[in-house]
Amino acid sequence: MSHLLEVKNLSVTFALRFGELAAINDVSFTLQRGERFGLVGESGAGKSVTGFAIINLISKPGYIAGGRVLFENKELNSLSTEEMRRIRGNRISMIFQDPMMTLNPVLTIGTQMIETILAHKKVTKKQAEEIAIEKLERVHIPSPRKRFKQYPHEFSGGMRQRIVIAIALLTDPAIIIADEPTTALDVTIQAEIMTLLLELCESKNMGLILITHDLGVVSEVTERIAVMYAGRIVEVGSTRLVIDNPEHPYTKGLINALPGSQRPGTMLNQIPGVMPTLTGMPPGCAFHPRCSVRVQECKRNVPQLMPIGNKNIMAACHLLTGKRTNSEQ
Amino acid sequence: MTTGKDIVAVKNIVKHFDISGGLLDQLSFTNGRLVRKKTTVKAVNNISFTITQGETFSIVGESGCGKSTLARTIIGLYPPESGEIYYRGSRIDGMTPADMLPYRASMQMIFQDPYASLNPRKTVQQTLEEPVVFHNKSISASLVKEKVSEVMEQVGVDPKWSTRYPHEFSGGQRQRISIARALMVDPEFIVADEPVSALDVSIQAQILNLLMEAREKRGLTYMFITHDLSVVEHISTRVGVMYLGMLCELASAENLFNSPQHPYTKALLTAIPKLGRSKPGHLPLKGEVPTPVDLPEGCVFHGRCIHSEARCTKEIPVLRLLDSGTGVACHGIEEGRL
Repeated sequence: MSHLLEVKNLSVTFALRFGELAAINDVSFTLQRGERFGLVGESGAGKSVTGFAIINLISKPGYIAGGRVLFENKELNSLSTEEMRRIRGNRISMIFQDPMMTLNPVLTIGTQMIETILAHKKVTKKQAEEIAIEKLERVHIPSPRKRFKQYPHEFSGGMRQRIVIAIALLTDPAIIIADEPTTALDVTIQAEIMTLLLELCESKNMGLILITHDLGVVSEVTERIAVMYAGRIVEVGSTRLVIDNPEHPYTKGLINALPGSQRPGTMLNQIPGVMPTLTGMPPGCAFHPRCSVRVQECKRNVPQLMPIGNKNIMAACHLLTGKRTNSEQ
Repeated sequence: MTTGKDIVAVKNIVKHFDISGGLLDQLSFTNGRLVRKKTTVKAVNNISFTITQGETFSIVGESGCGKSTLARTIIGLYPPESGEIYYRGSRIDGMTPADMLPYRASMQMIFQDPYASLNPRKTVQQTLEEPVVFHNKSISASLVKEKVSEVMEQVGVDPKWSTRYPHEFSGGQRQRISIARALMVDPEFIVADEPVSALDVSIQAQILNLLMEAREKRGLTYMFITHDLSVVEHISTRVGVMYLGMLCELASAENLFNSPQHPYTKALLTAIPKLGRSKPGHLPLKGEVPTPVDLPEGCVFHGRCIHSEARCTKEIPVLRLLDSGTGVACHGIEEGRL
């Protein structure tokens, strides 16, 4: 079966004066048509870089050091700038965290929407306007015809993010990459935006890559997730399985550290230490200095993602793969 | 209204900010006439509550609801427009700075952003010794030094690093140093304004544990300001829910999370994303949050409430105690229709 999107051993490196820093390493996952996929991790884990690398938006001094991105069986990183433009913002759209930064403050939202449509579709301005208004209606903006002529500052934060989503929808993309789309918003607004995204994905059979640090959000919205740590995917699998029954010690630690996971008033299970920075990456498994179950092997070799049992979960942990081979023997 | 066990009591506190700017900014033409108009942000309106010794009292609400302003007013960073603030029975609003001094040492604050709240040009040692020396001019240098390493040890920062500058620490460690600074003068009452909001989940757990540990060991009382309801549920004993400068519900943490009363509290609680729920199941609200410049008449929440009736648009509801001990400001609940 061919996948809608396949990311294979993707690595992104930043070439700095004092040497090369690997921001993401060997990242692989797939996305099917209409599937909702979550990329979770703490800040600096490489989630956003992965999102940018998919649509070839890594700017200097960063570059894609290895691996491939296949979209509808086309290899994206070998396309010319012109060919890439026909895919980016058209077949694959991206939504960013801060809607005030994404929208141009001196243009009406109408102008910005028409601009996007005309860049990708051969339609008249009048037709473009109709498409834009229809999409604004689709994201539940009240009186879209009037709102169409307004500037970004005339909208609230939640409304702005709806407009950004409307812009992403203009070209009926096959995939939306949403990078922390609700982090800047209040919880009640976040719930509305997430419900909207979910509804759009289901009605249009659109793929979603949701990049977030919020385990609660991915758990409600996505079907599969990948947990990232220090530039690598450490665990990937169905959201239910990973959240209810995490395999990797980091995923376990992260879920147990959530205040909602324990009886109120008791001490939280904390993961000691902090995530290593790109310049201070430890040898072997990047999580081993914080891991409570590490073995000698963890300090020497980087663990590879391996299927765990027959559970449809893959995890990168020597302990788990060790257990697997032991039980097989 | 203050009993011996109450550490802080606030009575009908109001805080407004004038944002009308200079004279020229205030002038405008309406109906052919020049009018001068003042614009005020009505951040906190008529809030009363007490905080008992040893409890963790949390204020929750979304951005712009006035929770930080309330905290800063209580601790004396802003003078209130009207209302009374008591600390252990003595009124502290309107005190002269000199009279206020002893209270300042027993009330300390921890801020949200550990990057902005530490002076980048001071070493940890300098940052930590400043409050001690300020409040106790006669203390000897060696005693201060001892105290610094003792507190650093308590918050989990190696005392060896006392000569380092803030930029040499990670966000979590900086927050530990901010906490250490607050603990240096042995306060009884700490106001923590979003102390873990800027931190990652694994670091957030470390800091929350540290705060809970300090509460046990030092018998601290906290006022905790946050928008994160799962944090609130975990550490609080009592919770106040704020919306547009008003307190709409005041309850024990257990009551609030098990049987929320106010329609806004209900909407807020269902909006928190939950692990293991496969669809966002929030109660939808109508419309948009109004600005605190033009507060709606009557109940501030009526424009977004699905249960609002004529009375809600005219009369401001007051906080009434229910049998369960929960205080709630809602006409619908008072009339028994909710």
